[in-house]
Amino acid sequence: MCLAVPGKILTVEDSDPPEMGRVAKVDFQGTKIEVSLAMTPDASCGDWVLVHAGFALNVLDEQEARETWQYLREAGVELGLGESD
Amino acid sequence: MSDTQRKIRKLIGQIEAICLESRPICLMEVCGTHTVSLFRSGIKSLLPDSLRLISGPGCPVCVTSQGYINVACELAGRDEVTICTYGDMVRVPGSNGSLEQQSAEGASVVVVYSARDAVAYAVKHPDRQVVFLAVGFETTAPATAAAVMEAKQKKLDNFFVLPGHKLVIPAMQMLLSAGEVAIDGFMCPGHVSVVIGTEAYRPIVEEFGKPCVITGFEPEKLLQGILLLVKQVAEDRAEVENAYDVAVSEKGNPLAWQMIEKVFYPAAAVWRAIGEIPESGLELRDEFKAFDALEHFGIEPGPDEVPPGCLCGEVIQGKATPPECKLFGTKCTPMNPVGPCMVSSEGTCAAWFKYKS
Ligand code: SF4
Repeated sequence: MCLAVPGKILTVEDSDPPEMGRVAKVDFQGTKIEVSLAMTPDASCGDWVLVHAGFALNVLDEQEARETWQYLREAGVELGLGESD
Repeated sequence: MSDTQRKIRKLIGQIEAICLESRPICLMEVCGTHTVSLFRSGIKSLLPDSLRLISGPGCPVCVTSQGYINVACELAGRDEVTICTYGDMVRVPGSNGSLEQQSAEGASVVVVYSARDAVAYAVKHPDRQVVFLAVGFETTAPATAAAVMEAKQKKLDNFFVLPGHKLVIPAMQMLLSAGEVAIDGFMCPGHVSVVIGTEAYRPIVEEFGKPCVITGFEPEKLLQGILLLVKQVAEDRAEVENAYDVAVSEKGNPLAWQMIEKVFYPAAAVWRAIGEIPESGLELRDEFKAFDALEHFGIEPGPDEVPPGCLCGEVIQGKATPPECKLFGTKCTPMNPVGPCMVSSEGTCAAWFKYKS
């Protein structure tokens, strides 16, 4: 349940209310989900972030992100990303 | 042989060489994802016999007390209440059935991916009293904190959380203080550590003299973590080392911690079949108390009863392995779980069932 999953930031906008930081649309290998950047204020478009339960916990380098994805896919880990849109 | 396989072979060889010279070593992993990955990759069976890997309280669903589940079920039974929860919780049996069973009987139970979704649900359904089951370790707690702050900003009066968050370090300290399991070192959870940072393990190293290595999830990273640990044990050192520095820093994510601290304070919490551990949970601060479901609905969690025969308490403390439980694989299976360790895919019993039988 503490597994965080890397995704790539596609777009960034203010959240509602704006005090809650920004939100990003993040691509998880095709599944696109809205993620809060409240804890990673420096993250921007094109960055890879490690996301858990709808929040980006940190910015990750691309190679690490891709390796993690490869592992997740091979392991068939249930990602529990919920509804995509 | 692929590059990765070669690296894995080499790491196993290095670990073997150290173990050959050393006394038997027992390492504990405190992360459900590590538990599953160790089984799945077959690493457990490749390591020397003198190196024992045991699972600790690393699955937040598994450590949630029966009293908590019962309160969630009681609330779900009320007409005006909608329970929003992470999916892992719905099948955990309480004293009178699970949320899943209640949902089949008409209770309103919604599975969410994020605490943010629970807030959004409350905004959309002003006629419902929305209760979010706030469980999880330090990785998950910041999300709840943010949701509570958002609910306050939006002046919601129909959003509540049932506080059930747990902190990993106090549980490790409790296991060491109890001294019933001879642990030589800890494989520390990768993504919890993204939030708390490597520094958080300092007390384990300094007060208890036990090595702590923050470890990633892929087989190669797991083995790197194990190698650092056996080296420390063999050389009689106890340090915090980081085998997952691509994601984890010394200080973790201070912003995430600030969010937790703004909304919560550390308080005693009941761990399933273990009992109360001081400062191991999170309670809402006074200014956010209005969002506390216990307070709002005026209920007290009942005692933490354990289903008869279930050894979950021993299993999550590394005192027993699942097959030592008489119900394992017979009365208790992933299809028909008796205890939470068999419900969550990261539970130790579920991992044993899937990969060992
Ligand atoms: S096998 Fe089932 S009953 Fe036995 S300890 Fe595990 S979860 Fe509990």
